[in-house]
Amino acid sequence: MHPVLRTVLQRLGLGVLTLFVVSVVIFASLEMLPGGFAEAILGQGATPETVAAFNREIGLDRPATVRYVEWIGNIFRGDFGYSYAGLGGSIKRSVTDLIAPRLYNTFFLAMMTAIVAVPLSLILGILAALYRNSWYDRIVNSVTLTTIATPEFFIAYLLMFFFAIRNKWFYSLSTVSDTTDFIEHIYRAALPAITLMLVIVAHMMRMTRAALINLLASPYMEMAQLKGVPRREAIIKHALPNAWAPIATVIAFNLAYLVVGVVVVEVVYVYPGIGQLMVDSVSSRDMPVVQACALIFAATYIFLNLLADIISIVTNPRLLHPK
Amino acid sequence: MTAQAPQLRQVRARRSLWESTRRTLSSAPFSAWFGMIVILLYVIAAVFAPWIAPYGEAEIVGKAYQPPGPEFWFGTDQIGRDLLSRLIYGARNTIGIAFMTTLLSFAVGGTLGVLTALKRGWLDQGISRVVDAFLAIPVLIFALMLLAVFGKSIVNLILILALLDSTRVFRLARATALNVVVMDYVEAAKLRGEGMGWIIFKEVLPNILPPLITEFGLRFCFVFLTISALSFLGVGIQPPTADWGSMVAESKTLITFPVRTFPWIPAPFYPAIAIALLTVAINFVVDWFLHKTSGLRDEV
Amino acid sequence: MKSDKHRVRGETLLEIRDLRIEGNSDGVWHPIVKGVDLSLKRGEVLGLIGESGAGKSTIGLAAMGFARPGCRIIDGSILFDGIDLRAAGEEDKRTLWGSRIAYVAQSAAAAFNPAHKIIDQTVETAVRRGVMDRGKAVADAVDLYRRLQLPDPAHIGERYPHQVSGGQLQRAMTAMAMSCRPDLIIFDEPTTALDVTTQVEVLAAMRDIVEQFHTAAIYITHDLAVVAQMADRIMVLRHGREVEEAPTRVMLSEPREDYTKTLWAVRKLAKPESVSDDIVLSVRNVDASYSGVVKVLDNVTAGLPRGRTVAVVGESGSGKSTLARVITGLLPPSRGEILFNGKPLSRALNERDKDTLRRIQMIYQSADTSLNPRQTIRDIIGRPLEFYQGVQGAARDRRVAELLDSIEMDESYIDRLPTELSGGQKQRISIARALAAEPDIIICDEVTSALDQIVQEEILTLLMRLQKDTNVSYLFITHDIATVRAIADEIVVMHQGKVVQQGPKSQVLNPPHPAYTELLLSSVPQMDPDWLTNLLARRAAGKAGA
Repeated sequence: MHPVLRTVLQRLGLGVLTLFVVSVVIFASLEMLPGGFAEAILGQGATPETVAAFNREIGLDRPATVRYVEWIGNIFRGDFGYSYAGLGGSIKRSVTDLIAPRLYNTFFLAMMTAIVAVPLSLILGILAALYRNSWYDRIVNSVTLTTIATPEFFIAYLLMFFFAIRNKWFYSLSTVSDTTDFIEHIYRAALPAITLMLVIVAHMMRMTRAALINLLASPYMEMAQLKGVPRREAIIKHALPNAWAPIATVIAFNLAYLVVGVVVVEVVYVYPGIGQLMVDSVSSRDMPVVQACALIFAATYIFLNLLADIISIVTNPRLLHPK
Repeated sequence: MTAQAPQLRQVRARRSLWESTRRTLSSAPFSAWFGMIVILLYVIAAVFAPWIAPYGEAEIVGKAYQPPGPEFWFGTDQIGRDLLSRLIYGARNTIGIAFMTTLLSFAVGGTLGVLTALKRGWLDQGISRVVDAFLAIPVLIFALMLLAVFGKSIVNLILILALLDSTRVFRLARATALNVVVMDYVEAAKLRGEGMGWIIFKEVLPNILPPLITEFGLRFCFVFLTISALSFLGVGIQPPTADWGSMVAESKTLITFPVRTFPWIPAPFYPAIAIALLTVAINFVVDWFLHKTSGLRDEV
Repeated sequence: MKSDKHRVRGETLLEIRDLRIEGNSDGVWHPIVKGVDLSLKRGEVLGLIGESGAGKSTIGLAAMGFARPGCRIIDGSILFDGIDLRAAGEEDKRTLWGSRIAYVAQSAAAAFNPAHKIIDQTVETAVRRGVMDRGKAVADAVDLYRRLQLPDPAHIGERYPHQVSGGQLQRAMTAMAMSCRPDLIIFDEPTTALDVTTQVEVLAAMRDIVEQFHTAAIYITHDLAVVAQMADRIMVLRHGREVEEAPTRVMLSEPREDYTKTLWAVRKLAKPESVSDDIVLSVRNVDASYSGVVKVLDNVTAGLPRGRTVAVVGESGSGKSTLARVITGLLPPSRGEILFNGKPLSRALNERDKDTLRRIQMIYQSADTSLNPRQTIRDIIGRPLEFYQGVQGAARDRRVAELLDSIEMDESYIDRLPTELSGGQKQRISIARALAAEPDIIICDEVTSALDQIVQEEILTLLMRLQKDTNVSYLFITHDIATVRAIADEIVVMHQGKVVQQGPKSQVLNPPHPAYTELLLSSVPQMDPDWLTNLLARRAAGKAGA
């Protein structure tokens, strides 16, 4: 088998394994709830009888491994269980129903951000590396350094203050629902997207610049110079083919960062996404929802890293052309 | 042949610590100076809070939402507590907790990292796999999850974040230690028959300190921002303890009201600026430190 | 292609006057090249020789008008065929680079782009300059590959750099430099990283091609014997200044300056052989491997007499370093045994007691990695004293001072850090550290290979004196035959994990030899300018006769 194919398959296997281990970790952490869910939810009414009844009702009296397998099995069928909120009431809310629209919203927001942020940072980062230590580079360096050091909610509020309150160009609260049409959705989600964009571009730009500077310092770049290859041609012909791997890693890393940044931004702008859902569920200790959200976030994270690794593998000349 | 070994290179007398510190400081750019001064001010505020703050941390001293004035320099919050005092105590709480967390995560992650780099074998593989799984879940998400499980207390916060952050420190410590472990002087020590303790503390540790120190600064920032974010989200430091993140959350509705008096800054921004200023300062200093030690050749 | 008019020998091509270059370290500028004059005629080969730090590479690059980041040319004039390279702009210099002046770097593996095929990189400059169209350029490159004796010249260009060996890549780089038929090629230590047997072929190829195309060349190296084969004239450099310059034969037979004479004298060192039957370490039928599949050592048997030096010589992959690891216990052998002072030695390191560990000491090749940069000399030398003999405090310091004296270093070094010492001084400290344990055996793993010639001689002399004083045995691992001649009583020749030949020095170094030993010994460059020519003639005759 071709080494590239073999390595890719190995990496895929590792990714699946990691996801599996992560699911166990998530499941196990929730098992460690001291006193059990029953006591947490029943509160004052927690007597041994009510606790036992509660456990039986939700099936918490069965061994952990059985429940784990059932959980995983259900997930493959798209069933994430039922939310604890509303337990004891008449309406059982399926976690899947809760998550689905939120997931769509978050995905929408992330896509909006990524489509603009990724090309922009790449261009800015490459320019900064090429014109290293010029005034452009220095300004950009200071600005990005400040941006990445600032908490996201601060940037979010700053933007809200200047562009939604002082000047009412955008919505300060990004409420969207099933009925919002595509364009309207974009408009309402504009501020959260811009917030995320600022943060992501700052991070990604710095990393691209660093990766490219590292690449430009390679011995074969000096050799190209000594062969009389003009700078621009050297960068395109010599540096670029070797740049895919580091740049893919940078992009994946930052998209993964996006996954986390989304949480805070959704809370600030009250955007109905999966990040806000998770925070709310944590506050109300709605475990099935917390579990499901954590798993989705982790899976996305793992998937993005996997993608970066695979791109690195597929563009590695040593693997593409084995001895 | 001469009796003395000929010196092919001028032997430089080692500069004293004072001398090299002075030299380093004098070549620092403006941003690094700015950073160091800011950090110093924050540390003073954190350490001497009870003596500096005009009022108590949870003391109700006036009407709610009073604008900034001579009595209350930054005004009062939604219950009538002095904002300035809360800010100063916030420094103590947030910085203190973040510092302890980072210290703990370095103690755990650093030791394990060096140990696995030295031992290799199944210990290394086992721990690395577990760490990889932990690394696959973003810290904020994992922290949210664990806080939901174990409850929102300060002790839980410190322990959970320290545990999660120690995985990142582990990875760095292990990577740098691996570079040192292949050095011949480590092998020479092993051949001598030196015990593990000697090798870790006398041979390896002194040589991995510079990157670890830099990383300490960066991880402190990360922990600090995460604590603020968690508090902002309501699951971190709980009221009435003064904490910048939760102060932002408490006052966020104020952003819609215009501020008519100097300095025209809406209330939620004070704690947010406090957070941002510290992290920016640390990043400036760390950035300069990295630039100095990485030896990235810039031209003339 | 240029017309023959330009290839008339005798015209001055490169004229450098009073060149001064500064280098930057830690923000401080200090001079590297302090006023060097150099001139080169067309078709002439000039050898630049000197120890590390002499400034040879810097001058070589400056001859192209190039200064690495961290270096700057502050004074002097560089005239290439009448063109002032210091005044010329980037644009103009770039038109010269690759087409009229070419550079062959020390490490071919680093200089080639891993993402492109070899042939593409070889013809790149010629095609871009419009000197030839691509089809002709490729055909020409294949021809160059053939002249340079590369295997399968028609197809080797289709490979990627990581798919061919170091020696082949080095020759490909020479072809790349030749592709535009430059007026001047600068060879920067091109064979230093190669095995001695590969080096012969590469040297021959380079010399031939330079002659065929009447190219002028500057050949930079620290190896005297190599430069003797390649250059018409030799210039000796030291600390950025010229020491002496003369035609090769004159320089070799009648050097004028003392420094030059000491450079030459290094190779004259030779220890009188002495054999003994008192064996302190005996390796018997040892096999070893890292993965359990491929044997790195195959049925190795050797003996080390007390108070004597056994040199283990071989090229990379011969297993000589692995032998050291087996003896010290870092790699347990899969078969066979080792007897130390008559008693069997435990296989693994952690099974041995402290006294056994004390008696076998090791010194490493690179002093930079063998001394902990955070420990003072006092600690480095003192630790074995504390650890093995329990000597502490003032008594320890006294002993450290004594040891410093025995390695010919002043007491004042006791508080220094390794980073403040030169390469030779650091190796002396390593020796003192080994001696502090008062061992029976010291394994020297390529301890002089990273040092300059003169320093090598000093360290070897020191080692021999110490052996006489303390009666310690040396297992001396090396790839350099001159070092072997200088220091050994007995020699073990290894090749691909097996012992090819062993015995007293005089026996091994004189014919008759097994085939590999013959190859190895004959490939070592000698100080005779005709050595290479004669060797090639002998080998060709041998092949024709066989």
